[in-house]
Parts: sequence; C-alpha cells; structure tokens
Amino acid sequence: MDILNALVAFLNFVFIPAATYGAQLALGALGVTLIYGILRFSNFAHGDTMAFGTAITIMVTWGLQALGISLSPLPTALLALPVGIAATALVVLGTDRVVYRFYRVQKAAPIILVMASVGVMFLMNGLTRLLIGVDEIRFDDGARFIINVRDFREWTGLQEGLALRTTQVLTLVVAVLVVWALFWFLNRTKSGKAMRAYSDNEDLALLSGIDPEKVVRMTWIIAAGLATIAGVLYGLDKSFKAFNYFQILLPIFAAAIVGGLGNPLGAIAGGFVVAFSEVAITYPWAKVAGYLFPDWQPDGLLQLLGTEYKFAVSFVILIIVLLFKPTGLFRGKSV
Amino acid sequence: MATNRQAAATSPWRAPIFFAILAVLFILEGTVRNSMFSGSWNTSLAILNMGLISAITALGVNMQWGYAGLFNVGVVGFIALGGLAPVLVSLPAVEGAWSAGGPRLLLSLLIGLGTLALAKITWMKTRSGWIVAAVLVIGFFVYRWLFDPAVIAIEANNPSRNGNIGGLGLPVLLSWLAGGLFAAIAAWAIGKVALGLRSDYLAIATLGIGEIIVAVLKNEDWLARGVKNITSIPRPVPYEIDLQSNPEFVAFAARWGFGAAEASGIWVKLCYMLLFLVVLLTIILLAELALKSPWGRMMRAIRDNETAAEAMGKDVTGRHLQVFVLGSAVIGIAGAMMITQDGLMAPTGYNPLRYTFLIWVMVIVGGSGNNWGAVLGAVLIWFLWIKVEVWGPTLIGFLVTPLPDGGFKTHLLDSAPHMRFIVMGLVLLLVLRFAPRGLVPEK
Repeated sequence: MDILNALVAFLNFVFIPAATYGAQLALGALGVTLIYGILRFSNFAHGDTMAFGTAITIMVTWGLQALGISLSPLPTALLALPVGIAATALVVLGTDRVVYRFYRVQKAAPIILVMASVGVMFLMNGLTRLLIGVDEIRFDDGARFIINVRDFREWTGLQEGLALRTTQVLTLVVAVLVVWALFWFLNRTKSGKAMRAYSDNEDLALLSGIDPEKVVRMTWIIAAGLATIAGVLYGLDKSFKAFNYFQILLPIFAAAIVGGLGNPLGAIAGGFVVAFSEVAITYPWAKVAGYLFPDWQPDGLLQLLGTEYKFAVSFVILIIVLLFKPTGLFRGKSV
Repeated sequence: MATNRQAAATSPWRAPIFFAILAVLFILEGTVRNSMFSGSWNTSLAILNMGLISAITALGVNMQWGYAGLFNVGVVGFIALGGLAPVLVSLPAVEGAWSAGGPRLLLSLLIGLGTLALAKITWMKTRSGWIVAAVLVIGFFVYRWLFDPAVIAIEANNPSRNGNIGGLGLPVLLSWLAGGLFAAIAAWAIGKVALGLRSDYLAIATLGIGEIIVAVLKNEDWLARGVKNITSIPRPVPYEIDLQSNPEFVAFAARWGFGAAEASGIWVKLCYMLLFLVVLLTIILLAELALKSPWGRMMRAIRDNETAAEAMGKDVTGRHLQVFVLGSAVIGIAGAMMITQDGLMAPTGYNPLRYTFLIWVMVIVGGSGNNWGAVLGAVLIWFLWIKVEVWGPTLIGFLVTPLPDGGFKTHLLDSAPHMRFIVMGLVLLLVLRFAPRGLVPEK
C-alpha cells in the first residue's frame, strides 16, 4: 500500500482540477444567483455573456501583446480583464435598458423574461462569433507551471508526479479575492445592503426609499464582472471556445440551484459540489487504486462514467435536488 | 404574453395573406434565377420540405408553450431521440450483433431501469436515504457488469461497417410513430420530476436532458454508431437512380420539359412533401379538435390563471404532464421524419442553437397558441434562415465596398455567416416586444 503516491495522484488528477473548476463554476453561479435574487428570472444568456467578456479580453490581450506589454510570469489577460469587464458591463446594461426593463415595468411573468434572455443569448452568441470566430483559442501566456511533474519527482523521489499550473493557482486566488470583495460589498456597504433588502422584500425596499433601477443597474454590473472573470479564468485554464461557454450553462445552473437560487453562499458551495462530483465520477480511479491495493488487478479503468457524460453528472445532481430539496441546500427562493 | 392573451380583433384575411406571400417566395425561389434566388425547383422544394418538418416541430413546441405555457429548452434532445427511431426500427438487422451481446445488453438495460424503479419503491416504503443509496449503488454495478462486456462485443462486430446493434427491418414509416413514442417516454420522465416546481426549473431540466441525449447519441457506438454516423436508412419513396433508369419516367419528365436527373430529384421531393403534408395536417386536425374540446378549454384556463384553475379543482400538474408528453411526442415524430428524409443519422449535427432556439423563434414569430401561426412561422423562418446564408455575405459585401482593403474588411466578410444568429436573436426580441402575439395571433 503506497499512500503517498496515491495521495499525489489524487491531488494531481482529482483535487486540484476539481477545485479550480469548482471556483470557476462558483463565480458563474454567483452571477446567475444574483440576477435571480434581484431580477427574479434565470438568465440563459449568462454563458454567452461569459463568452463575450472573454472574447473582448482576448482581443485586448492580443493588442497588448502586439504592443509588447506583458505581465510575465502572469498571463497578460489579467491586464486586459478590466477592459473586458467594462465592455461586458456596458453591453449588459444596454440589454437591460433595451430588453429587460420593458418587461420589468410591465411586471411580466418570469418565463417571459427567461425567453427574452434566450433572445439576448442568441444575440451575444452571434456577437461573439462575429468578433472572434468559433475556433478554439489558447491565450494563456507567461509561466505555464508553478510545479512541474519532473521537478516534483526529483524533489520528493516519488514515482507519481504532480503538476500545478499557473492558471490553476491564479483561478483559486482570484476567486477568493472576488468572493471576499463581493461579500464585503453585500454586507458592509450601503449599496450592498440595499441590494440584499431589495432581494428579500421588494415592496418594503421600495418603501424605504431604495431606488430599484439603481439596484438593478448595480446587479447587472456585478454580474457582468463575475461572468467575465469566470469566463476568462475558465478560458485560461482550459481554452476558449464559444460553444463550450454555452454548454457550461448547465453545470452553472445546477450549482446555483443546488445552493439555493438567490443565495450567494449557496452558489459557491454548489459550484464546488458540482465540480467535485463531476471530476470524481468521470475520473478513472484505476491508478489510485493501483497504489492503494497493489495486489488487486481490476479489469477496467474504475471509471464510473465516461468524461463525455460529465454534463449528466450536473444533471443528476440537479434532479436529486429538485426531487428532495427544491429550495436548495442553503434555502434559496422557491416558487 | 401571459399579460396580453386577450384577443384584439384581427382581420380574418391575415393568415391567408401571409401564406400567400410565403407561396410567392417559394415560387420565386423555384423559377427566378438572380442574386437573391436560385431558380431551382430542387432547392425550393428542399427548403420547403425541411420547413414542413420544422413546422411539425413547431407544432409540438406550440402545444407545450401555446396551450400550457411550458418552456421546453431541450427540443434538440427530443428531435435527436426521434431520429434514433428510423435507425432502430427500419434498418436491417446487423449480422452477428444480436448474438454477440444483444440479450445481455437488453437485460442490463432492464436491470438499470429496474434499479431506478426499485429505488423509488424503497423510498416510498422506507423513506431511508441509505437503503435507497445502497439499492442504487448495487444496481449500478450489476448494470455495468452486464452492460460493458455486451457493448464491447457488439462494437467489435465488424466495426468498420457496423459495430452497432442494428434495426428490426420494419417499414420506415412505422419508425415515425416509434420516434414519437421514444420522445414521449423521455418527456414523461423529465416532466414527472420538473413539472409542478418553478416554471424556470423545467427549462433548466430540459436544457440538461437535451444535452445528455445528444451526448448519448454521439458516444454510444452500439446504438447508432455514434459519430461514425449511420447512412442508407431506408426510404419510403423511390430512389432518384431508379427513376432515372425508368424509361416511362424519363419520357414523362421530357413531356414537362425537365431533364431526367432534375425531374427525379423533384419527384422524390414531391413525394416527401406529400407525406409530410399528410402528417402535418393530421396533427393540426387533431390539435384543433383537442383545443376546441372541453380539454382544450381547460388547458387554456390553466395557462391563463393556474391558481384559479386549481381552485376549480383542475389537476394542474397532471394536465401539464399530459400536454408536455404530447408535445414532445410530436417533436419526436418530426425528428424521425427528418432522419428519414436525410437518409443519414449524424449526431454531431444536433446543435441546440439550430434545433432548439431556432424552433422557438419560429413559434414566437408565427404566433404562440395558434397552430397555423406556428406552421407559418416555421416555414417562413426556415426560408429566411437558409436564404440569410446567401443574402448575408452579399449584403455585407455591398456594405463594406467603401472600406479600404485590409484585415478589418476581410474579417467582416469572413464573419458574415455568423450574422444569422444576430438576425434571429433580433427577430425574437423584436417580435416578443412589439408583437408578442405573433404574425397570426391566437383567436
């Protein structure tokens, strides 16, 4: 039994990727859950908002690279990120003004807003395709690894290697900072308190003199920021492909619902629940088992589900939560 | 839409006029050759046939949305599931596939379903999460233990040509019904879970089931060869090549002034058109009868005010499940028809933007709640979707002529095909906002 090697393999193939992915999902789910809490509809355009923000960031990154500016050893995209966020916030505020506000004033049924968000999704998708195309793009420059497999083996003398990519550490650090800033904003500032009050009880908030339009604007700006950051981190970690950002919508919704729609803390927990289940269920455990039980020779890869079905995992989690706890683990809003 | 369902008076001539405009567009496409139209009856009829299939899909979506206000975002999954039917029903049996692992495969699938049923019963009886989890885990391992070797054996059977389980060799028209049945079963399962909760939950759950069904079709090679595609699905209509070698047909074509090759294509497409029209009109007839019956009035009452309907003792969730299953079955039939017409099952083609959201644009534009509106919207939007691909680059090319040659101009020219998505998004938003009842509103 070789616990150390097994542990390293587990860290390398399960824990680190799942933690990174979980942080990306959590940021995405935070955006969805905030929009839900304030505007009370599921925003189907969120995935494509992430794609749009990332596309802008990539284009600014290219511009910076052409000028010879870089942030080595960190990826240049970090420098371009504020521009991406600003552009996305502008576009999203524009869609609110032109599309959603009309239905809000009319007090239309939530499902109509969902449908309008599908229209916005189409628009954003087309815009992203127009800007940057449909191909896969890698835009992570700077140092690739903090720890690479060979060095790790030399240091520790273990058979199993461990790689820690810059983008993975970056994702976790940025996510922690963003979440901290968001919670500070929601709990400590006047605007943040206004947002929470509006989310809890719209009429009471109106009576207390909170300007609903201001709250809505703030929500969109924060959601655009979260979406762009999540999108850029995801793109740096994996690669940018517009269609993947549409597909990531399902795990993001699953994360938001698992945590309880409208509950920011729940969205973070939900992100990690979904990510860890997804990675744990699609990872072939044969290697880890081989270290733990050297005498046991399993036939297969000990993989519960092929990686192609990773979306099925989020879906099953979603179904289980819907069946047993429709308000989510952290008591979000329901009905 | 729920806010302004009440009908304002509209001209009774509205629908006929729009259908006439549509007919003119197709005739222009068939006869006039210029930069806007192809002037080929083959192209015109091909667009029309696919438009009719889209119309049937739109009818299914319209049942769910227009009658009951259910937002189904997994249309692509139900279309794909319907498309599986011609493969499993009408293809000839694959030699050696069944003996390689057929019974074992079937048994494993039964055990998989049995496990779920058993888990449900255990939950009802004991309410103990641990026992249910144990049932599921044991069932899963038994299922995999039976399933994996069977799949490996079937996929190893002549993998370059087959490697799939094969079909039953029944007539292909029967598979259209089977496609509806497949989609209905999936819809029942998903509706059972997600209906009765918040309205957005159904949308999110159907989004998931859509992606999963497409993933299954792409990856389960034993089922329909996955991304290796299935070709030569039997046809309910004659083959072009047979018509061309038939002297009577060639003489008949010559009398009308067509070459044999062109005429055979047109003939085949006309045959398909007739079949599709029969299906379309049957579904419309049934749907209209249902809408005018007490059942239809109840559905609309539920849609317009769920609380009131429930207070009147109507089983809202039960009715929703009913109409969701029915609508999905219609979508499944359309999926089977599409694969039959194409003669090819290629799961990579199932893109949600094309097969879910475009169908939604069709329903909204046509007029939700109105069957003729859904048909009109479907054929019209499909025509535009195809033609925008041709018109878009021409338009962009015209718009950018004053720009100096360079990277920006080529970039704009290259990205012209993506204009379709922007146009469709705009159309959806504009109709939703300014004409929420569509071109042909509900009566």
